[in-house]
Amino acid sequence: MTRPELLRVEGITKAYPGVVANSDVTFSIGEGEIHALLGENGAGKSTMVKMIYGLVRPDSGQMTLRGQAYQPSKPAEARRLGVAMVFQHFSLFEALNVAENVALGMENPPPMRELAAKIRAVSEEYGLPLDPSRMVGDLSAGERQRVEIIRCLLQDPKLLIMDEPTSVLTPQEVEILFKTLRQLSSEGTAILYISHKLEEIKSLCDEATILRRGKVVATCTPRERTAREMAELMVGQALKTPERRLGAKGEVALGVSDLSVESPIPFGTSLKGVSFTVAKGEVLGIAGVAGNGQDELLLALSGELRASADKVRIAGQPVGDRGPVERRRAGLVAAPEDRYGHSAAPDMSLVENAFLTAGVRKGLTKNGFVDWAGTRKFAEEIIAAYDVRTPGPDVAARALSGGNLQKFLMGRELMQGASVIVINQPTWGVDAAAAAQIRQSILDRAGEGAAVVVISQDLDELLEVADTFAVLNEGRLTKPRPTEGLTMDEIGLMMGGAHGMEVAHHVA
Amino acid sequence: MFRLEKRPTPSKFWLYATPPVAVILTMIAGGILFAAMGKNPFEVIRTIFWDPVFGEFAFYLRGQLLVKAGPLILIAIGLALGFRAGIWNIGAEGQYIMGAIVGAGVGLAVFPTESRWIFPVMVVAGAFGGWAWAMIPAILKTRFNTNEILVSLMLVYVAETILAKASTGFLKNPEGMGFPGSRNFSSYPAAENAFLYEPLGLHWGGVAALVTAVLAYILLTRHQAGFQIKLAGQAPRAARFHGVNPARLVVMCMGISGALAGLAGLFEVTGPAGQISIDFNTGYGFTAIIVAFLGRLNPLGIVLAGFLMALTYVGGEMASTNLGLPDAAIQVFQGMLLFFLLAVDVLTNYRFRLHVGAH
Repeated sequence: MTRPELLRVEGITKAYPGVVANSDVTFSIGEGEIHALLGENGAGKSTMVKMIYGLVRPDSGQMTLRGQAYQPSKPAEARRLGVAMVFQHFSLFEALNVAENVALGMENPPPMRELAAKIRAVSEEYGLPLDPSRMVGDLSAGERQRVEIIRCLLQDPKLLIMDEPTSVLTPQEVEILFKTLRQLSSEGTAILYISHKLEEIKSLCDEATILRRGKVVATCTPRERTAREMAELMVGQALKTPERRLGAKGEVALGVSDLSVESPIPFGTSLKGVSFTVAKGEVLGIAGVAGNGQDELLLALSGELRASADKVRIAGQPVGDRGPVERRRAGLVAAPEDRYGHSAAPDMSLVENAFLTAGVRKGLTKNGFVDWAGTRKFAEEIIAAYDVRTPGPDVAARALSGGNLQKFLMGRELMQGASVIVINQPTWGVDAAAAAQIRQSILDRAGEGAAVVVISQDLDELLEVADTFAVLNEGRLTKPRPTEGLTMDEIGLMMGGAHGMEVAHHVA
Repeated sequence: MFRLEKRPTPSKFWLYATPPVAVILTMIAGGILFAAMGKNPFEVIRTIFWDPVFGEFAFYLRGQLLVKAGPLILIAIGLALGFRAGIWNIGAEGQYIMGAIVGAGVGLAVFPTESRWIFPVMVVAGAFGGWAWAMIPAILKTRFNTNEILVSLMLVYVAETILAKASTGFLKNPEGMGFPGSRNFSSYPAAENAFLYEPLGLHWGGVAALVTAVLAYILLTRHQAGFQIKLAGQAPRAARFHGVNPARLVVMCMGISGALAGLAGLFEVTGPAGQISIDFNTGYGFTAIIVAFLGRLNPLGIVLAGFLMALTYVGGEMASTNLGLPDAAIQVFQGMLLFFLLAVDVLTNYRFRLHVGAH
């Protein structure tokens, strides 16, 4: 099938101080084509689409849109020429309603009532249920994404760029989104789809361009390739699937009973009666769409949020009213999701960041004085064991790429010999090879007898590592079930199905 | 067109180059200001920066440098610990005054007893006075989430009112023939902060300042509390994750800076100032804020910055007596220093890039 060419990218190069983000990248997208841009983290996908969207200017090379030279100097210009983008992280105001948020992104917004009607019409046409008068703060992640998509669709784009759109969706919501994207494609709107989820790309995309270290390494038709082949093209090497060492389950290492805490985050989700136990050697996977209490659960387990003593027990010892230091001493380490400012201090060196959590369990203080030599040694051990790419342990954490920093932070928690390990999003932003390594180390720690809680939005990841599976939904945790034998449909229903479907009836 | 771009890592060069560049820019802008006032700018700059150290009266003025630098350094180090942690105690002037009143009050209460314990007890009382005054904004912040900048600043004016009451009322010299001001400590040896070595201007306050600088340096680089201070300032959520209790940190930092300001006040009132008087305080508590930033919030840098600022005080005084420059012009000059410091400081984390326009 040959489609008329919509966008052609030719020889695009973009360098930042110290890294070449894109080097001589060439590909083209036909009208109505769903084109995947595949690559590991740091492969240059984001920089590439930012150039197409006018956020970043290429150093050299050229782009043509329908045969015309295309050189957007700002996103407004890109939008005027028919290029729209849905970002991975939404730019929405939680205290405003849907229509107001949409209006904020428009050059000349029509009167509110007219706009609301338009939003209803578009949402109906594309099967994206959304009520224009609802507060964005009350919407699920999937619904927020719809706000962003509808904002784009109102501009009637010729090319829609989507950056990792499914990372925040339930399986049912993914189906709804794909249906919409296919409909758009059949109406002639091209879609540039960025993802590293290969099964999705196989089911959705017509063509794929694979980037590795800023260069195009292959183009292929995803339907004709296996996910494994594409993954290996992305990584440039053969992939290992994590192996699970089956250890006998021991006694309960972490017990949480009827834990309810108020969320300290504005528009956060409070935990409501969360109960579970994790035995030695067991990995509990907790799924759920972002914003359903994952951050709060991590804070409540790490000790940053406190409850009454008997709500959280480590090896039978009540620690619910204890802070992070005492919980680490009792054997629990935790890794929050946000790397920049929560699990790490971005402006501090890796050595200082190693001390941040490892001080207690690695005995790195004497009479209150920090053993910097010992801390540095530990940081160097992490760097070596987790293959952290850095000039040395003294560079600021923010100078590392997201994936490299994540490897360092995972190493920091996993190498402390803890008996209970809690991780939120262990492989967020990490490339496939490193993700496999992190998952392997999680399984290794469990094999050595640690009780592990993995909170993640990546279902494939949870199914790979978890022995038992539960879902956080609006601050409530479902009863954990053995992972074996769970089907995707069952998981989707545990996750609450597709959020906001009830609105569809109003619309229809 | 130029555009600011964030550096991947802070520039080590600009971190250290910022203070000298700021000083040079201040000299240039200050020179223009002095020229506009009809003075010879080179002469004024020389009077401020050169004469106190190498000029005709340097033998006396050199000693004045440490006399002025001592309290600035002592206060600035306390402030810097708080600033590092993101706790903005702007009211050191008030804590300085209260430390002086409480410490001097203890000494005056036992007048004319002679004992070698009197001065040490006054020192403790001075630190306590400053600490207690700083606890007001600290506790209001931790209990009611008030803004410590506003509360500590407003408490300066309360302290000034108490100082006026003290010098005309409850601490007034009963033998002072009705003049305001307390007894002079120079006539009460047990309570006097006399010079230990006059040519250098060294008294116990100077000793305290230099010792504090070393201790603060060790605290920040080697001790867990120093790590927590820096962490809380740079990444508050990471600090909580590490296990820092934010309320305790506020109380600790406000307490340390208040106690050090109180100490400075006590040493000043019993030494160079000599007595509690309505205007014995010369704004050290505010100038110390400039010193803290000029010294990059680093205790050793603060020592250097303290001497530089003392130079502008001593030299400024010379300029106003010898060249007839108004005091306000000297204060503008000191203010410029902070302004240029903060402006040039941008270059530590950002750099200028030539913005290639659309073509």
